Amino acid sequence: MTEKKLLMGNEAIALGALEAGVQVVTGYPGTPSTEALETVIRYADRCGIYVEWSSNEKVALETAVGAAYSGAKALVTMKQVGLNVASDPLMSLSYIGVKGALVLLVADDPGPHSSQTEQDTRVFGHFANIPVLDPATPQEAYELTKLAFELSHEFEIPVILRTTTRVSHSCGDVEVAVAEPEPVEAVGEGFVKDRRWTIFPRLTAERHPWLESIQAQLSERFSELPFNTISGSGRIGILASGVSALYVKEAVETVSNFEETFTLFKIGIVHPFPEKAVLSFLRGIDRLIVAEELDPYLEEQVLQLIGKAHLPVDVYGKKNGFFPVSGEYNVDLVIDSINDSLAAFGESLRLSHASPAISREKLPPLPIRAPTLCAGCMHRTVFYAFKQAAKQLKKEAQIDTIFSGDIGCYTLGNAYPLNMVDTCLCMGAGISIAGGLFRTNPKAKHVAFIGDSTFFHSGIPAVVNAVYNGADITLAVLDNRTTAMTGHQPHPGMGLTALGSASKAIEIADVVRSCGVEFVKTVNTLEADSLVNCVKAAKEAMNFKGPSVIVFKGRCAGITKSDRYYRIKSEDCTGCGFCIKELGCPAINLDSDKPVINDSCIGCGLCAQICPSEAICIGGEKL
Amino acid sequence: MKYDILIAGVGGQGVVLASRLLALAAMRTGFHVSTAETIGMSQREGSVSSHVRIGDKLLGSLIPIGQADLLLGLEPAETVRNLPFLRKGGKVLVNTHPIPPASRPPGSPEYDPASLLSFLCECYPDIICSDFTELAGDVGTYRAANVAMLGAAVGARALPFSEEILKAVLEAEIPEKYRAVNRAAFERAMKCIRFISGT
Repeated sequence: MTEKKLLMGNEAIALGALEAGVQVVTGYPGTPSTEALETVIRYADRCGIYVEWSSNEKVALETAVGAAYSGAKALVTMKQVGLNVASDPLMSLSYIGVKGALVLLVADDPGPHSSQTEQDTRVFGHFANIPVLDPATPQEAYELTKLAFELSHEFEIPVILRTTTRVSHSCGDVEVAVAEPEPVEAVGEGFVKDRRWTIFPRLTAERHPWLESIQAQLSERFSELPFNTISGSGRIGILASGVSALYVKEAVETVSNFEETFTLFKIGIVHPFPEKAVLSFLRGIDRLIVAEELDPYLEEQVLQLIGKAHLPVDVYGKKNGFFPVSGEYNVDLVIDSINDSLAAFGESLRLSHASPAISREKLPPLPIRAPTLCAGCMHRTVFYAFKQAAKQLKKEAQIDTIFSGDIGCYTLGNAYPLNMVDTCLCMGAGISIAGGLFRTNPKAKHVAFIGDSTFFHSGIPAVVNAVYNGADITLAVLDNRTTAMTGHQPHPGMGLTALGSASKAIEIADVVRSCGVEFVKTVNTLEADSLVNCVKAAKEAMNFKGPSVIVFKGRCAGITKSDRYYRIKSEDCTGCGFCIKELGCPAINLDSDKPVINDSCIGCGLCAQICPSEAICIGGEKL
Repeated sequence: MKYDILIAGVGGQGVVLASRLLALAAMRTGFHVSTAETIGMSQREGSVSSHVRIGDKLLGSLIPIGQADLLLGLEPAETVRNLPFLRKGGKVLVNTHPIPPASRPPGSPEYDPASLLSFLCECYPDIICSDFTELAGDVGTYRAANVAMLGAAVGARALPFSEEILKAVLEAEIPEKYRAVNRAAFERAMKCIRFISGT
């Protein structure tokens, strides 16, 4: 019996996968993909599904590949940059194929809201010869997930379900076919030995023609599937996929007879490009507008098709400057871009914007409210300690320090007033970049910061390299005992699996010792006088010749229930504002020119340790 | 029918929960609903907003400029920041309780909540202003300011579904431990606004 539920796109994907009979689910957390695997976790025991947070996306994909080789239906979840990490197995896997089914959820992030890149996974699918499904709503995400499993099983190839933030993190009413997910079937015969599972140049040469031939078969199939929809019958065509198609729909509906003016073709399965269906659409129009976020993928496909078929259709998109080549789209942006296109081909018609009560230009100046480390975050203590250590080195020996950051909450160490991240590139890069900076700036000190989960994700090979090649760097591991930024998932250092059962906790200090690091220290950041210890350890490590590692142990403020807080003794406070200027802690704000500590204080005590007038003290126990 | 609600606030104020409650109530009433939320890095003390689009038709989750029917502002500066989304004649409810930014980076204008509130009142003579943080604090926890504002929206007859449906959603969605205090914040805000606006 069908049921209507309010589901986030990622939840809808999880339910679609459960309905498709998924048996093995792996992934690495990454916004905006994380909730898909978290939803599977909720049903894992009841439905008999194996689910894990893997140490990184490459490992996640390879684990799912093993399961799919054995006939299982497997799902792997990651954000778009996670696919870069998993690209090595993926590129080879396309030649080998799978037996059960293997679907990759890859979430793109136009904007970007919380990513390093604005890469387009549709193009990645094209590059890797792997089908890409592109839902526009949570409902479509649910349905296309089920289709992805069917296609993967039938064609024996991995399939990418590509979402964007506005699909994965949108909630909508979704009609699901099964109200409560049912237990999945056990994996059938298991792994059967066969030469097809061992890639070799000769096997690749054999498989490559197969891989190319199924692209044509898939393109034929995708031309027939109901996930491509045509509305209207006008001579101006608009081609769009994903959420952009919804923006286009809302934009053209501002014209009363839009159906007679426009024909909208919404593509649900973008790769291989459904040529046959697009061709028949192109034959009914004179001009084509292409609306898509990120890369001009549809535009390039359609330009090729127009060229191949010698059609007299002009195309208006990113390539001739009518649509922005970057950033997230919305209805207003699409209206402007369509209007520019209409003007360019001499059409008098214009789409209209709603007029706001107040335009942006008329707003009074507003304070910048940038994301900040939480009140009481242990990272702030460590960053501040290194800042002090570096200042002293500069003063005493005129030595500069360069700080390399990494991906996680602690990237926010770059924010004012800490300003403690000089480089940040991708997961695990901080350590190796520090190594490279050392080679070219040997007189400076080099400090890399990495979080606990990121350390396990891709930090270890860089530590090995630093030891192997003798890089004189200091690594500060910010161990807050969780994968904080993505919503507190467990990781290999915690002794906890995705399902919450106990596992072996891997000690970061032991790992770096076994890699050959000779200076390894563990410092507790939770003591009331931790700043002194942190500064001392930082100086020792920076003065050590060769790779040195400090593991700073603490807790994540975001999931800490604290029993203490600090207060400012107004009689002792001189109002110098040093605490605010130095730390930027959200728990301290000015109240008629004097700092006060608000409710968000969790009692880390960092401010009390730096106050020049010793005016900050423990306020007592929280009720 | 189309009704667009924008909820604006600061990370940690419960913007996402408020939008979920509204979306559920809309769905129970029989409408299509689509929300867009800020999740991830910006949640850390940054500006956050949720778009809730309710109606007979399925729409993209982002409200276009000048189309929101209701702006629920959990914080004065964030309310002003999102004003361009509001349509002419749209309703504004604002929590007057300011949250100053944690730091003032070079070039950031000074935060003067009083002047922003008077700007809001000049632009929108019908605006409903109240310290919902204090109101929620009075009944048990300042954290229930988000739910108090939903009560206020009901009190101002600014929602396209009934009080009963929203209450039923609250009862079902809020964990038992926090239910009583949220219920109290909702009721008090609803009654206050009914009294003020004479509805």
